This record gives sequence, C-alpha cells and structure tokens, in this order.
Amino acid sequence: MTLLNYLLGRRKKTATVAKERLQIIFAREHADRNGPDYLPDLKKDILEVVAKYVTIDLDRIQVHLDKDGDMDILELNIILPDKQPEQHKVAVHS
Amino acid sequence: MAKIIVVTSGKGGVGKTTTSASFATGLAKRGYKTVVIDFDVGLRNLDLIMGCERRVVYDFVNVIQGEASLVQALIKDKRVDTLNILPASQTRDKDALTQEGVERVLNELRKTHDYIVCDSPAGIETGAIMALYYADEALVVTNPEVSSVRDSDRILGILQAKSKRAKEGGERIKEHLLITRYDPARVEQGEMLSIEDITDLLGIPLIGVIPESQSVLQASNSGVPVVLDDKSDSGAAYLDVVARFLGEDRPMRFIEVEKKGFLKRLFGT
Repeated sequence: MTLLNYLLGRRKKTATVAKERLQIIFAREHADRNGPDYLPDLKKDILEVVAKYVTIDLDRIQVHLDKDGDMDILELNIILPDKQPEQHKVAVHS
Repeated sequence: MAKIIVVTSGKGGVGKTTTSASFATGLAKRGYKTVVIDFDVGLRNLDLIMGCERRVVYDFVNVIQGEASLVQALIKDKRVDTLNILPASQTRDKDALTQEGVERVLNELRKTHDYIVCDSPAGIETGAIMALYYADEALVVTNPEVSSVRDSDRILGILQAKSKRAKEGGERIKEHLLITRYDPARVEQGEMLSIEDITDLLGIPLIGVIPESQSVLQASNSGVPVVLDDKSDSGAAYLDVVARFLGEDRPMRFIEVEKKGFLKRLFGT
C-alpha cells in the first residue's frame, strides 16, 4: 500500500507528528526549567487580569520567557478577538 | 586520571544496561582498564547481561558500608582481562547509596582504572542522581520514540543542574547521544523519528546509532555483551561507538535500509 498512500497523499506521517509534538512540549518545558519559580503563578495572574476585560481564547495566548544578557524578558502575546461578544466571561487555567 | 562516564536515559528499557555492558567491554577490549558499576540498587541486572551473576559475592553497597573491600567485590571478567564489574546490591533500602560512600568508592577505583562506566537506573530518583553526579561524560541512550526522547531531554536538564560539575560551576559534562533500537525501514516509512529529528530535538552530538537487532536479545540470553558477537551489526555499531569515544573518525553504519527488489519497494510489505 506504500505507493498508493504516497500517490493519494494520505495523512501526515506519524514521525512528523511526533517531532512537532515534542518541539512544542520542549519549548514549554525548557521555559519552565530556566524560569523563576513564581513564573507559573505570574502567568496565571496576568491572564486573569486580561480576562476581566476581554474574552480570550487560551489557544491564542503565548507566553515566552527570554533571556537577553542579564535581563529576563517576559513576552506575552494575546490575540484579541475581532468582535467583542456581549459577555466577557472566561475561565483561566494555569 | 580516570574518566567517569554515566550511561543514562531517564526512561527504562531503552538499553542502558546493554549499552553499559557493551561500551565497557569495548573499552576494555581496546586495552583500557575499565570498571562498570551497576547503580540500580534493588534491581541488579548488569551481572546477568555480563554473564557473571553466579560469581557475585559482595556488592557496591557492601563496599560502601564497609562490609567488604573493593578487591573482594570487584568481579574480573573472564573474557576481557582489563574489565571489572561492580554489581549492585539487591537490598530494598533505597538510601543504601550515600554520596560520600559513592565518592569514596569512585576515588578508589580511579587509582586503578582508566575508565569508570556508571550504569544508571531509570528514573530521576537518588540512584540515577548518584550515577550521574560525578560524571565527566554522559552517554544519553535514546529510542526513536516520543517518551524516550522527552525523558532524555529531561535527563539532560538534570545533568546540567544537579551534577557535581554543574553545582560547582566546573566544565560542563560532555554529553553524547546514543540512539538505540533504530529501524531505518520504519524511518523511511515515516513511522519512526529519524536520526536528524532526534539530534534536532535534543541538540547534543551523536556518538552512534545501534540498529534494532535480534542479536541483542540473543546476547542477553547467553550473558555475553553484544559487542563481543562479531557477527552482529549491533555489536559492530557498539565497537564504532567506542572508537568514536576514543576520538577516532568512523562513519555511521546501519542507518540506511538494505536495498530491496523493485516489486517489493513498489508495493511495500
């Protein structure tokens, strides 16, 4: 079935899926590993504050901790929704 | 000055003991005085893989607790005369290994050996930390499989944070990636992480690739390190690893699929 699968361009290979999943998890685990202990709580608190004002989708938030020399840079990317729905209720998970 | 090498992985069952046995035997075969230590207290198995299980009288913990001398506990290999084995104890006492005790034994072994190979237990508990604590170099054994790659990444973090060198701000432990149970055919099918995928993910230099091979089980069945099986491709791959470790340049072998006939390639199997 190898050739047939190839010609039909069926599904992404599982090895590719594996690599992508590992890349994502490593990015997160490495950030946690090098970051200060309070970082997870800090992230959670910031997200709660933002969630008070806008409806945010947790998949559209990226939190990065970078190091530039002696300086730690906490970078928070929040993609705001195009249109605000009536209710701004959101649960934030840490 | 003797060099201490830890064979580690985080995950169990990836080939740490197989690797420790073959790597140590390979170094000894090259003429270096080598000792391989089983750090898996409570789950001793290196003795079985080395085929010396019936010669164990005293063990690592006996030496640490002063119940036996190092000379009494070391088992001299019958095939390679520059090789010694220090078996683990079968005690269930997890705290049997003490930092000072391990250091004292390693310092004593340093005087009479060129290489000290530490076979780490799985996990990240005391035994694993003890095995890597004094290491100068590390062989990180990884299977081309998600959980093994993740655990290897975790153990690399621990090497960089909890080892003696890391704590005392010394030179960083030299890390080597060893991929085991590699199946080029499955990689070609996109079913298995490739060498490149794994080196990308873990970011440490590759010292060798051991192909998935039936001879590894056959070797462990008979208590002969697979490196001594000169008909085995895994054995040959371990000899290459030892050569590369000693600074020789050897191309990677057994990483491509053996050529199949046209029809077989077209339709697969």
